Amino acid sequence: MWCSGCGIGVMLGAMLRAFEELDYRNADTVVVTGIGCTGKSDDYLLTNALHTTHGRALAYATGIKAFNPKLHVVVLMGDGDSVTIGGNHFIHAARRNIDLTAIVINNFNFGMTGGQASGTTPGGSFTSTTAWGNPERDFDICALAEVAGANYVARETPYHGWELKELIKEALNKKGFSLVEVFSPCPTHFGKNNEMKEPREMLDWFKERGLPVERYRKLSAEEQENHFAIGKLVDRDAPDFNTRYEEIRVRATAQKAG
Amino acid sequence: MVIGEAAIRAGCRFYAGYPITPQNEIPEYMAEHLRQVEGGVFIQSESEVAAIHMVAGASAAGARSMTSSSSPGISLKQEGISSLAACQLPAVIVNMMRGGPGLGNISPSQGDYFQATRGGGHGDYRVIVLGPATAQEMADLTMDAFTLADQYRTPVMILADGMMGQMMEPVVFKEPQPRVYPEIYIMKGAGAGKSKFIRGLILDPLDMEEHNWTLDRKYQVIARKETRHELYGTDDAELILVAYGTGARIAKGAIKRLRNTGLKVGLFRPITLWPFPTNELRDLAKKVENFLVFELSTGQMLEDVRLALQGFARIGFHGRPGGVVPTPAELANVVTRQYDRKQGIIEHH
Ligand SMILES: Cc1ncc(C[n+]2csc(CCOP(=O)(O)OP(=O)(O)O)c2C)c(N)n1
Ligand code: SF4
Ligand SMILES: [Mg+2]
Repeated sequence: MWCSGCGIGVMLGAMLRAFEELDYRNADTVVVTGIGCTGKSDDYLLTNALHTTHGRALAYATGIKAFNPKLHVVVLMGDGDSVTIGGNHFIHAARRNIDLTAIVINNFNFGMTGGQASGTTPGGSFTSTTAWGNPERDFDICALAEVAGANYVARETPYHGWELKELIKEALNKKGFSLVEVFSPCPTHFGKNNEMKEPREMLDWFKERGLPVERYRKLSAEEQENHFAIGKLVDRDAPDFNTRYEEIRVRATAQKAG
Repeated sequence: MVIGEAAIRAGCRFYAGYPITPQNEIPEYMAEHLRQVEGGVFIQSESEVAAIHMVAGASAAGARSMTSSSSPGISLKQEGISSLAACQLPAVIVNMMRGGPGLGNISPSQGDYFQATRGGGHGDYRVIVLGPATAQEMADLTMDAFTLADQYRTPVMILADGMMGQMMEPVVFKEPQPRVYPEIYIMKGAGAGKSKFIRGLILDPLDMEEHNWTLDRKYQVIARKETRHELYGTDDAELILVAYGTGARIAKGAIKRLRNTGLKVGLFRPITLWPFPTNELRDLAKKVENFLVFELSTGQMLEDVRLALQGFARIGFHGRPGGVVPTPAELANVVTRQYDRKQGIIEHH
């Protein structure tokens, strides 16, 4: 279903292997997808799957998890879904620290609709709606999740498949809102428009620029400009939405009884 | 708040909403009381768009779910209502209408009739729309809304207005019916059952067409079986007012005045706005020739009345949009101006 050299399949494989290793059962697992090339992952799933609308996947997932905390709820979104049209749901899901695992394929553009600019298209890059270069700046999705309150934040690329699976596993195990951002090649659109037409050119770009977070943090601000951090960026244990909610319910029902 | 209490009694266990006047009593009631119920979840969402999609998610997970808002917020929910209809997920949506278009004002209005009954969102779908006129009916119809939503696996809307939200009338809550909703539609977990697949995206046009006809067959059953209306003083009437909700309350006041002057006026009050009780209204035209539609809008339900009566009767209209609520005396005056015993309705709409 995806173009050759696309990174989405690598993410999907890593996610399914993580499910397998964690012994997730199909009927206990809900994968909520948005709309886009990433959103089409549900065609390959045997778990519960809810293919939602563009940008709203996290709101659906919040309803599911808040009502039935026993389900494992995983949300697959593109950069358009998660932080462009769905940005408000994204920051609020992180703020609520609701126990969802969000996996975001960031291919720096809208793959499905023909490679238009998104909220993560780097300034100056070319897309089908920025023929002269992008005048706007891009979001750092991980930083956004961190300040909004996510318990777990990580970034990987399909170049590092094994690490990606390990990070997804950690994210799934973490209570609270977890985000795994996957920098992903879209050779068909973003790559083609930015002189990385061959699938491996975008992978090389990730390989050269992606640095383990410990190394990345030692770089000067100027050096950081040309690199990005991969690995686990945030790991905290603030109580998740459902835990806090039940605490409030105890107070509310005690009042009612008393 | 009547709607909130009725919803909880009916088994509503998930509510999401975003505050907007004039309906804040509903989320406030749900926040206080739903959180006291085992398994009850209240979320103040980040927007109306979020609320309706959270409701859809909770519905897929098996909750009786509800959201409420007022006109501008209901506009934001249309995206999700279209998706609920497409995915055949039950949910209840309350609209306490206010003056529009745009941000408008916070006074009672009936300007969202088209939006509610004609789809509102995109695509070939329908929403069951219930228009209560008393506090008692708000309680009863809220409970019925959950039953209908489950029975037809479709969103149901309660269409009321700010005036009704403020009403102080005694209410008796009826015994809720036990929920009948097959588990095969629920993403339940706990190792139970097969996994479910729910999607609104159907790329193949032939598959999508089939899905549309499936939905349409369901809507035709609803249209045949679920219409509701009230008749008031129609037996001896020479003129019949057609009004719903707050409009119908004003109409009843006007009818009392007019009858005191000797003019025999009755009321036809649709309770289901979709499906509209077309045949029941047309039946009245067998013996009555003159009808006058009254709405707190520029004339929206008027179109449904025309579809029912055009060619069978003379149709007059009086409307007050924008949040103006006229008195029964005003409406009575309008009737005497627009209706002449010999000529019938003077200004035929
Ligand atoms: C409300 C709405 N607006 C626009 C679209 C069209 N649309 C479909 S996918 C998409 C962008 C997808 O980009 P992204 O989320 O990054 O996913 P990708 O295809 O890159 O994986 C858009 C704009 C839509 N389906 N719904
Ligand atoms: S358009 Fe881009 S994101 Fe979509 S399948 Fe092709 S390579 Fe992947
Ligand atoms: Mg994208």
